[in-house]
This record gives sequence, structure tokens and C-alpha cells, in this order.
Amino acid sequence: MNVRVLIVGGGPAGLTAAAALAPRVDGPVLVLDRERTMGGIPRHSDHPGYGLRDLRRFISGPAYARRLTDLAAAAGAQLETEAMVTGWASSHAVEVTSPRGRRTMTADAVVLATGARERPRPARLIPGDRPDGVYTTGQLQNLVHLHHAEVGRRAVVIGAELVSWSAVLTLREAGCRTVLMTSEFDRPEAYAAFHLPGRVGLRVPVRTRHRVVAIHGKGRVSGVDVEDLRTGKRSFVACDTVITTGDWIPDHELARLGGLTIDAGTLGPRVDAGLRTSAPGVFAAGNLLHPVDTADVAALDGRHVAAAVLDHLAAVPRGSSAPGAVEVVVDAPLQWVSPQIVEPGGPGPSRDRFLAWTTVFQRFPTVTATQGGRVIGSVRLAWPAAPGRVFRIPFSVVRDADPNGGPVHLSVTGRRESTVSGTVASPG
Amino acid sequence: MNPPLTCDVAVIGGGIVGAAIARRLGGTSLSTVLVEGRDDVGDGTSKANTAILHTGFDATPGTLESTLVARGYHLLSEYASATGIPVERTSALLVAWDDEQLAALPGLCTKAEKNGYDECELVGPDEVYRRVPDLGPGALGGLTVPGESIICTWTTNLALATDAVNRGVTLLRGRRVVAVDDGSLTFADGSSLRARWVINAAGLGADKIDNLFGYDRFTVTPRRGELLVFDKLARAKVPVIVLPVPSKVGKGVLVSPTIYGNVMLGPTAEDLTDRTATGTSAAGFSFLRSKGADLMPSLLQEEVTATYAGLRAAIDRNDYLISLDASLRYVLVGGIRSTGLTAGMAIAEHVAGLLSPHLDVAPRPDLPAPPRMPNLGEAFTRPYQDAALISADPEYGRVVCFCERVTRGEIRDAYASPIPPADLDGLRRRTRAMNGRCQGFYCGAEVQALVSSRGEASSYGDASSPGDASSRGDVSSRGGASSCGGVSSRGGVSSRGDASSRGDASSRGGAR
Repeated sequence: MNVRVLIVGGGPAGLTAAAALAPRVDGPVLVLDRERTMGGIPRHSDHPGYGLRDLRRFISGPAYARRLTDLAAAAGAQLETEAMVTGWASSHAVEVTSPRGRRTMTADAVVLATGARERPRPARLIPGDRPDGVYTTGQLQNLVHLHHAEVGRRAVVIGAELVSWSAVLTLREAGCRTVLMTSEFDRPEAYAAFHLPGRVGLRVPVRTRHRVVAIHGKGRVSGVDVEDLRTGKRSFVACDTVITTGDWIPDHELARLGGLTIDAGTLGPRVDAGLRTSAPGVFAAGNLLHPVDTADVAALDGRHVAAAVLDHLAAVPRGSSAPGAVEVVVDAPLQWVSPQIVEPGGPGPSRDRFLAWTTVFQRFPTVTATQGGRVIGSVRLAWPAAPGRVFRIPFSVVRDADPNGGPVHLSVTGRRESTVSGTVASPG
Repeated sequence: MNPPLTCDVAVIGGGIVGAAIARRLGGTSLSTVLVEGRDDVGDGTSKANTAILHTGFDATPGTLESTLVARGYHLLSEYASATGIPVERTSALLVAWDDEQLAALPGLCTKAEKNGYDECELVGPDEVYRRVPDLGPGALGGLTVPGESIICTWTTNLALATDAVNRGVTLLRGRRVVAVDDGSLTFADGSSLRARWVINAAGLGADKIDNLFGYDRFTVTPRRGELLVFDKLARAKVPVIVLPVPSKVGKGVLVSPTIYGNVMLGPTAEDLTDRTATGTSAAGFSFLRSKGADLMPSLLQEEVTATYAGLRAAIDRNDYLISLDASLRYVLVGGIRSTGLTAGMAIAEHVAGLLSPHLDVAPRPDLPAPPRMPNLGEAFTRPYQDAALISADPEYGRVVCFCERVTRGEIRDAYASPIPPADLDGLRRRTRAMNGRCQGFYCGAEVQALVSSRGEASSYGDASSPGDASSRGDVSSRGGASSCGGVSSRGGVSSRGDASSRGDASSRGGAR
């Protein structure tokens, strides 16, 4: 079977890419999703807050998932669920398993939009017993919102990212009280930024600079040991449920099996500002590239990738290896940036923003771009850099990069340390 | 109260060894009952070993273990071919990291020959790195063991137990033995079983059962072994089993591919007193990570998919302890270490030999063919890859567990099999569902619903749990073939209507 564009993953990025491409491509645009319904993670995030930046709406996750699915279908994209891409047959052909059969699909362009998942307990190396009742937010929300299953009565939530508060809301809906949230950071990450229902309304005790060091229970969770990272003191907290939240990793299996160059920071494929990967004709979008930003930002990636896909289909000659492309790298405390390749003077990334991740809270950060030791740009931002959520950096900071000047370094400093003045950008 | 069951032989312990013995005796005219204290077979020591099919090259020459491992290697290899237990002939490589280890290699080669294994070869560092390019720096040389292989321990245990049940053995799950009185076993739930002979293959509990027979001759020390299982994307780094050179302080840590396509690092070795301490520890993780950093630094860049802790049934002597007491009509099969996976079928043969002066252990004619087991091996075709199978039955194209590519057809089959899972862990061992890198982020809720419905497809919000309570610790047997008194009168088998669905399941399995 042959299509013009194959999109792997029917979440916000994949569906939005399909909606953008289908009317403009001279042939089939097919989205494959392995779940029973399209929509990705928002399907089971049953609280409002979706659709702000892409649809200019404020709706629930499930409503958002349905809306994006309808938009893609209305645009003429083919949508197929329960269809899992299990590997590559060649550089532009994939193996697909579905109840309709095992087949090879060939495409002129492939867009990977496989998203990201939370690291589960084993990947976080949390020792102890292996009782039931330890879930990621994803599993918790699947249980509660899609399967209406029981969870426990007292939960400890590990992490204080945006998604952690989403877990708290889900637990509350399931009749399970969050008795403690822990964060290894000294600032409560997304805490301050979280204003959907308001943290006061949820009344959840948060211990910063703490971590869960053991899980206890035979059969069912009976409690956890929590360690104060400042003093080393440990205490026992009784609970019957533990939610490991955040700590996202891209679902990069297909990207890696396809031999795409993987970025050591994001662990997703390396891309340029047009979201081209290292393999010609293979593109990527959404939280596979930046684990994780909000669903609307992932969706806007999908809209953004369409231009490069159309160029490729029209055989417009260019690419990430074209002369003039420079590499963007980050210095600590920044952990990663996406995209990693830009063309000075060329088109910017989605929303003209780099997306980055930091481990240090800075309320008034200044981002500085240097190339070969020389400062080429600096910008003071009106929004904080905070662990646990994506830090957005204006593309303009690298506008003056020299195409032949080697890698551009992005670094972030707090207000006091900052000596460089620059423009103040507005949030968003 | 139901009348007590009676039988010729009761085998205590549904691990590899007990299941192998039950299968062997199930092939005679004797009536045999396999008694398992937990809710499933293979749920103790047998589920968490390093899953290596051993040649026996490093056993102590002249021991019973040496003989039975070498014999078991061939028996299990043949049985694996017949039943579809996945085996990968990876070979092993012992790697020396210091002069003392390097000097020990020729002696190990000689020892292997004394154990009847003469295919080992000494190799230099260049050859070591040619075979495993991702090894950390500093390897001085190695010894190859071409016959060492990886195998699925879960399928092995289940195949042997299923074969036993197919041969007419009655399997009792959830029946922990609490008392022994002149051929009568009493279980924790108050029920009992009369047996002419009792075979103790209780693994970690073998010394306690031995005490019930009035013996006080050995102590099982639970030796905890923690393992880290790395992501499948690391598999290409570890093409062979990389073994440490044994030293006075133990066998050390190995890096091995797993039959499911992952990489395993471990085990630790820690003697404990608590026989239920299967938890993992921060110290264990940090020890394994530091070992891994030396052995293969790039491995630590990969994600950890799972962490396990298993308990080995170590005893205070350096060989298997297999002994028959004719006056008590009792056989002890104790001290079976991790080599018991390989040796199990040979142990069964050995036990049948010990019993032969006392019981008629001649095989009976017209035994059923060995069961054909679902393939859990990553190196062999699995249902999601099988176009013909999917077109014949679309349920094999409906992937439920994405990371491990487990289909709803396989989960349905597991519940329709002669020994259905008792819980989620049992389903994991039969299908690999939820064993993958996401650990349930995507599929956990769906799999849990299928566990509740015992494999019946359900739509969202319809996760009812019919028959959940009745499934645990129940009686499994092919019924008709059994000569065991009391089973048919219990009605436990026929009332669930299992007999017909089992037939379906085995024919589906056989067609694959």
C-alpha cells in the first residue's frame, strides 16, 4: 500500500499535521494510531485547559481530542485506529499490524508524531516491594477516565510538574486523596504556574527537596519512605497508591529503529527549524521532540511541519545538511533545546520559539546566545525558567548567528547575575 | 466438607523441578497430584532466575549437579524444540578483567572438559572486543562457551506443568502444606490429600517440608539476587552472555541478552533470613550500576525497563540433595540452585529412577503429544508479525500491549489454556503483557480490565469481573485421563466449562 504522507501517531501533533496537509497534498494523507480511538494523551486528561493556543478555545482533553479528530477527518485525511507501526521495512516503508492484517505501507513522506510517556517506577530506580497500586499519570487516567476503575484512598504523588497536578485532579475525581506530593527541586516547579483550579483549592501538601526512596507493601501499597534531601532524614508515609508523574521520555522507538540521529538531550530525533530529521523525507512533530510541552504547542508543531513536508513532496531542494545550518547547543542548567539545527536568517521554528528544559528556577531569566565565545544575542524574558515545564526562548536570540561560525550556545542566567541588557519579550 | 483427595504420588512445589517431576510421573500409570502453595505455578524461585540454559561447563566435576545439568541440557533442548519454548543459541563469553582472572581461565577450560564439555576456547582481548565491541575498557582475555544459551524460564515451567496436566496430573494451586501425617498432607485452607508417596520439591520451603517429615538435615538460605533489565534498544550491544570469571567471593555479575529482547545486568548475591524478601534495594541498584559502568558504560545510557529481585534456594552444601526414604515413602529434592532450570527434566528422570524399585514408573502408552506453547521469544515470529494468523483470526492483529506487542488473541488464549493465569503477574509470565518499557502507561488499564474479565474483550467502562474469585487456586486436570480419586466429585473442573475451551486453545496453539 502506498500513500503520499504517512503520519505515525494520532495525537494533537499528528492530527493537526494531517488537517494541515490533507487539503494541500495531491494524494492520500494517512494517520495511523495504535489506540482504539484517535486523540492521544488528551483522550484521558478529563479536565479543562486544552486548545488555547491552537484552537483559541478552553476545553477538556477528551473534547479537544474529538475536535482535532473531526478537523483532520473533515480536511480529508484518512484516519486508522488500532493500527500499530512496528518497524521499518525500508527508509520510506513501515510494517503495520492491525486487526485488518499485517501490511507494509510505503509513503513519500513520513511524519513521526509518537509523543512521549512518563518514566515508570523501574526506570526511576525506586526500590522496595513490588505491590499493586503504583501507576504513572497515564495509567491512572486511563484507569479512571476510560475504564472507570477503582484506585485507592490515599495517594502519594511523586513529582510536581504540570502533569502532577493533572494526576491530583484525576485522583480527586476517583475519590482518592493526595496526602503528599514530593519534588526533588527546591522550587515547586509548575506549582506557581498552576492556576487552572488553583493549588489552594486542592489543599495538597508539597514537600520540596524530598524524594521517595522506597515503596512498601505486599499485594497492595502500604506506604512509602520519603527522604529529606537536605538532612537525609527519612520518614514513613502511609498510602495505598503511588503515582509517578512527569519525568517524560519521548516514545522514540521508531525513530531509533529507523536510524535517525537522536539528540542526547531530548532523546528524540534531532530536527531543524522545519522539523526535518536526519533522514530525508522523514519528519517529526510534537512531544517526541520536546518532552513535554502542552498539547496545543504539540499541535502547532503539526501545523508547522506541513511546510517542510510540502517542500519535500514538491522536491524543493534543501535540508538540514544544507550549507548555512548551524547547530544549537545548551549550557547547564539548560538540559536540552528543540530544534537543534537552525539557519541564520532562515525561517524560524514553530511559533518562533525554541523549547528548552531547565533544572534551576529563575524568575527573571536572561538567555544569552554565544558563538565561538562571542555574544551574538541576549534576551531578558518576562516569564520564569522553571523545572518541570518547558522554557520557551525567542528564536530572535540567534538571528545574528554566523552561518559559518560553528555551534551556537544558549545559556540562561538569573536577574542578579545578568549584566547583559536586551529586549524583554512577552510571555506565550 | 469434601472427602480428601487420594493419589499415588503427591509432588509438592510447582516450580520447574516439581513440574518436571509431575510431568514424568504423569506419564506413568500412577495417579499424581502436583501441589503448589502459591496461586500459580512458577511463581517462586523459578520465575526470577537468570534464564540461562547451562552446558554445565563450570559445575563441580563429579557432583550430581554436574551430571544432571549436562543431561538436562540435552533433554530440555529437545523438549524446547518439541514444545516451542524459545531458546537462543547466543553462546557465552567469560571475560577476565585482571591478571588473577586471566590466570584462572585455563583451569576453567580444563574443568569444563572434566564436566564432559570440550568446546570452550581461550581467546585474547582482540577477540573479546570483536565479539562484544561495547564492553568497557580493560578486558584482558576470555573463554568462550559456545553452548550456553538463553531460554524462557516462564514458558519452560508452564510447558512442563501443562504437559503434566495433559497427562492426567491433578494440579492444585493455592494449597500450602502445613502438616504431614503418615501419608496425609494438610493444607493451609484445611483441605487435605492422601498420598502413598510424597516428593518434596518445595524450593525455598524444602527444608520446612523436610522438617515435617521429621528430618533436620539442611537449611535453605534465601539468597537475594537483584537484576536490572534494560530497554530493548540496548539489545544489539549484548550479542552474547558476558560472564564474570568466578572467584572466591562468588560468581559475580553478568550481562546477558534476554529471550524477550532486552538486556539483563545482575544478579547481586545477598544472604537473607526472610523468605519473602523479594523487594529491591537502593544498595543493590547502586552496586549493579557501578558494575555496569565498568562492564559496559554505554549500557547505562539506556533506560531501565524493569527491576527484579529473586530468591535462590541456597543450601549449606555444594551439591543437589536428592534422597529417598523408603520407610516414609518420601523423596527430598533439595538444594536445587539456578541450574535447576536446565537440570529439571534430568532431575525428574533421576527421581523416577530412585522410585523404580518401589513404584511402577514405566511410561504408559498413548501419551498425549507435548503441548505447543505460545512463543514469547523476540527472535522468533510472534503473532503480531504473522500475516496468515492475523487474517485467520483478527484478534492476533489487535495489539493491546504496545511495548511488548502482545495481542488480545494471546491474552484470550492464556485464559483458555489448561493452566490459566491467577492474576496479572501470571498473565505477564504467559504473554509478556505489561512487561515493556512503559510498564502500563499506555496499556495498563486495558490489561487490568482483561485480567478482570479473564480475557474477554470488553469495551471501555465495561470492566466487569465475572468468575474472578473462583479462578484462584483451583483444580486443573484433563479430567478423563486422571485416575485420581475425588477430583470428578468436586465438580470444580467441569462446572467452569473449561474442558471444551481448553481443546480450542490447544488446537489454536498447535496451528501456529
